[in-house]
Order: sequence, then structure tokens, then C-alpha cells
Amino acid sequence: MELDLLVAYRWMRLTRAVDDAIRNLWLTGQGVGGTFNQRGHEAISVGAALCLAGDDVVAPMHRDLGAYLVRGMSPRRLLAHQLGRATGVSRGRDANIHGCGDLSLGIIGFVSHLPQSLPVAVGAAMAFRHRGEPRVALTFTGDGGSITGLFTESLNLAALDRAPVVIVVENNQYAYSTPIAEHSANPDIAARSRAMGVDAVDIDGNDVIAVHRAVQAAVNRARDGGGPTVVVAETMRMLGHAIHDGFEYVPDALLERWHERDPLTLLENRLAAAETETDRIRAIDDEVGVVVDDAVAFARDSPWPDPGEVTARVWATGPGHE
Amino acid sequence: MSDGTYLDAISAALLHEMDRDDRVLVMGEDVAGPFGGAFKVTKPVAERFGESRVRNMPMTELGFIGAANGMALMGLRPVIEVQFADFISTGFDSIVQFAATAHYRWGGAVPWVLRAPADGNLRSGPFHSQNPEAWFVHTPGLKVVAPSTLADAYGLLLSAIRDDNPVVYFESKPLYRALKGSVPGGDAPVPIGVAEIARPGSHCTVVTYGAMRHEATTAAAHLATEGIDVEVVDLRTLKPLDLETVTASVRKTSRVLVVHAANRLAGIGAEIAATVADVCFTDLDAPVKRLGGLDVPVPFSPPLEDAYRPSAATIADSCRELCAW
Repeated sequence: MELDLLVAYRWMRLTRAVDDAIRNLWLTGQGVGGTFNQRGHEAISVGAALCLAGDDVVAPMHRDLGAYLVRGMSPRRLLAHQLGRATGVSRGRDANIHGCGDLSLGIIGFVSHLPQSLPVAVGAAMAFRHRGEPRVALTFTGDGGSITGLFTESLNLAALDRAPVVIVVENNQYAYSTPIAEHSANPDIAARSRAMGVDAVDIDGNDVIAVHRAVQAAVNRARDGGGPTVVVAETMRMLGHAIHDGFEYVPDALLERWHERDPLTLLENRLAAAETETDRIRAIDDEVGVVVDDAVAFARDSPWPDPGEVTARVWATGPGHE
Repeated sequence: MSDGTYLDAISAALLHEMDRDDRVLVMGEDVAGPFGGAFKVTKPVAERFGESRVRNMPMTELGFIGAANGMALMGLRPVIEVQFADFISTGFDSIVQFAATAHYRWGGAVPWVLRAPADGNLRSGPFHSQNPEAWFVHTPGLKVVAPSTLADAYGLLLSAIRDDNPVVYFESKPLYRALKGSVPGGDAPVPIGVAEIARPGSHCTVVTYGAMRHEATTAAAHLATEGIDVEVVDLRTLKPLDLETVTASVRKTSRVLVVHAANRLAGIGAEIAATVADVCFTDLDAPVKRLGGLDVPVPFSPPLEDAYRPSAATIADSCRELCAW
């Protein structure tokens, strides 16, 4: 499936705009609790999610806002979730972008212990294989996640089962404040993946075309029975770990270097090179602006959850189940 | 029905549910045929259903319980065997962080059963004798059962597999081959959340579960010869707790002892004692008493392990104390 650059641009622009809207809400004192931004990760989450078919599933993390949007989670629901409102994805039960799961959209909600998504995606893929369904599971983790025991355990299970799963490792250079050189004795994540028996590729995570090409190949291979793939996408987290994080530990020169490689700027340059009319790009920007303004207003105007609901939905059936 | 053991009842329940529902599969370390598990619970299951539905897992509890989470979200019903309940700690995040919270947070149902061979008195030392049920009762979103008879081992496993929530199923190693009787068959689920009066009595109540049920009924039979009539309540399910059956019994007898093999400190018994003290305050004729394991790792050597855990003798002593009030 060829990547439509304007489609990719629209999702990436929407991702950036929703992300900026979240940031703006928090910086103006309208947020609830803490939150996370994903600036710099748009090409990875959008490029990868665009590779999935309708009944595939994805287990994204907190830098993958684009994957939620591409799978059909509305900016209204996402922003209402961020503000803890009754209209949000979790109806006030989980914070920021945690717990934004919706199986009707093929989205599995994550927990803060991020590598937990790895075996869950592998298990989903094992279920597909068990039933002989041509479906694929996609998940994401970071450079920090790639050094956990669960990364090793999950890759081993996936390889043993030839599970149709694609694991995208977003190497954004830092696990919170710790640079990869300080947390990984062997920073070659692809080599470590191959050592566990899983094929792996390194790509430029800021180039949506490269992301889409690599993940699409991995998805196709998984669907055809070829087993799992790890895609290591090099990128940079362009803001702090979370909204409170002053980010002073990142050298300015490093940020400037990556700023020049902003995934949206790179894509705009590609579109210009392909002689795409500027008007079409600006029309997308305008449309996205309207969508996000509407979503912010919707979230702000949404009701808080009823305190009487606090115990509802602990159980899938029986008392407390709706 | 045929004669057999508590262990056979667990195997029979797995066979019954896997026949009934092709979404059910078994996974764990060494569970596949011909080996059939460390205790051989899955041996007949592996023989009948083969490797596609009885799946060996590498020695990675965190990873394969996490994979069971994904399978369950996608509509399968995994029955996970952790070889010993003691090894659950290795898989803790996948249970208490992911499986237990998914439905509350975003509506993701995780219908698995985790079979945990628990308890000691088998001279197996600190890492093959533990009773870690309180960890899971303390975790919102998990159900916890602990059968002590063949009928309950069978019927609670049927119910656990059919439940749409993650259920931790504590099976009692000391009962595996020691407890014999008729192995149930057919569609005989035992409801989760319902205690059983194991022995009716009028002078005091012993609330217990697991292997301690049998210590308690042994003590009760002995005390009957002394003119003390003990009622034994077997909780069977530890979450959700059937506190109505407990409080009804205490209202009748006015004296209560709570017994479990797990550490007494901050154990299930503390919750039951506190609830009884609260709800049955005016019904009580004696202080609420508890017996449980000591606050030490489960020791290996027989004199030490015997000193560690309650027994029919210590239960009888405690009942005598209660009835002296």
C-alpha cells in the first residue's frame, strides 16, 4: 500500500495540533494532574498506524497520539479524557493518555509500566495465529523499554510462536533524563533484537516515508506468516518527559540539530518537492485547526463524572458492571 | 463420577471446559504432553487436546502472563499454570497492573484463570510452600478462589474459566493427592463468592479455607467429644468475600476464630476479624481470634514448619479458649 503523503500530512498535523492543544491547556492552568507531549514522534506513530488493516490491533504508548487518531479515536474523546471528563475515553478513570483503549477501534490501552504492552501485543498476535486469522498486532516501546527483561521475554515468545507482531522501538535518545549511552551498555537495539531471534531494521523515525515503508513490510511479512519484526526508529523527544519536566538535561545543540529534522518540516519539504500546491497544505492546516478548537471546547464543556460511578466497571460482569 | 483425588478434579474440570469451549487453552511451564506439568494436572489434558491447546511456555512468567492478557483481550480464555504459587511474584506486573485494571480503566475484559499451586506442609521450604493470596485480594479487579474439596476444585474452576474477569485460583498442594473422593463430572459449577458451612455447630465458628478447612473439621470432630460444638465456614472464594455467611454464623454462635495457613499479619483473617468486630459487635461473647502462619519465610525442617503453621491441635486449643468465655 503506497503512502499518500497528503493523508500522512493531515494525520501528522492533527497529531501535532492536538498535542499542542494539550500542552496549552496545561501551561494555562486548565489541565488536571500531569500530562505528556509527543512532539517529534509524529512520523512514527502516524506512519506505523497507517500500515494496519481494519481488524488489526495496536497497543500504543504515550508518545503515539498519532496512532490513536489514525485508528479513529476522536480528538473530542481524547481531550475529554485528558481533562478527566465523563465524555472521555476512560470516563475519568485514567489520566492523560494512559488507558485510552477501545477494542472497537482495535486499540489496547497501556499502563505506565510501558513494556507491559509488549507481551500483550505478542499475546494478541498469538491469538490471531491460534485461530488462523490474518491479523497483525502492532506495538511501541522506547529505548528505555528496550533494556527491560520484558523486552527480551516478549521477543523470545514472539519468535518461538512466529507471532504476527510488529514492535516499533522509538529510540528518542532519553529514558526520562537518562541518555541511551548511560542506560544501555549495547545501544544497538536492532542487534539485541536479532540476538533474541527476531528480525530487526533501523530507520529514520522522523521520515514518515521511511517509517511507513519499513512497518508496512513488517506488517505484510507478519500477515503472511513470516513472524515478528522489530523496527528501531531513531528520533528525538523534543519536549520534556512530562509537562512538569524542565528538560534542562538535554544539550541545546542536540535539540537544534533535531529541530532541523522536524518530521512535519521534512514532510512539507517532500510535498514541495512533489510540487504539491501550497493551498492544499494550508487547507489541511485550517481544517485541523477547526477540529482541534472544537475538541478543546467540547472537552472543557463536558461534565465531570458522577462520583456515584466510582465503583462501576471494576468487573466485566456481575455487580458493578454496566 | 469416579473415585480420585483433588488433583484429578482439577484435571477433570479442565477437560470439561476445553471440551465445551474451544476458546479455552492451557499455558504454562512444562504443561504440555507427555510431561504434563510438574504435578501432572495437565497430563490428561495434553493427551486429549495436544500442543495447540496445551502450550509450553518458557520460564518467563512476566512475559507469558502478559501474553495471556493479550490473548484474553482478543477473546481467548487462557488457563495459566504457574508451577508454584511462589513464582507468581515473577509475573506480578502482568497480573496486578495490566490484567486487574484494564476493565476499570477502559473496558478491556481479561478473562483468564491463573492456577497457582499453593501451601505447604510438604517440607518444601521457603520457595515452594507460600500462600500469597492476600496480595491479590488487595488488588482491585481480581477475583480470588481457594477450593478445599473435590467438588469445589471442579466447580470453582468451571466458574473461574467462565468468568469474564481475571481469576486467581489457589489450589492446595497438600490436598493434591491426600484428599480422595468422587471426582465430579458434567456441568457442576460452584458459584464464585459463596461460602459453605463445612460443618454446622452452635458454640463457636471457625472461618477458614484451603487445607485448613480439613484441620478445622478434624479439630471440630475432636472437640465434639468434649461437648464443644464447632461450626466450620469454608470461605471458598476470597474475593469477593461472602461476609453474609460469616456474620450469620457468628450471630448464631457468638464466638469466632479465623484460620489460614498464610501469614496472619495483614492476611485475609484481619479483614474478616475487622468486619466481624464491626458488624457483629453486640453479638459477640468473646474476642475475635485469629490463627495464621508466623511472620517468617516458610521454613523447611519439619519441627520448624510445624511450628510455623496452624494445625488441628492449635485450632482446637483456640476454640477451647473461645468457649471458656
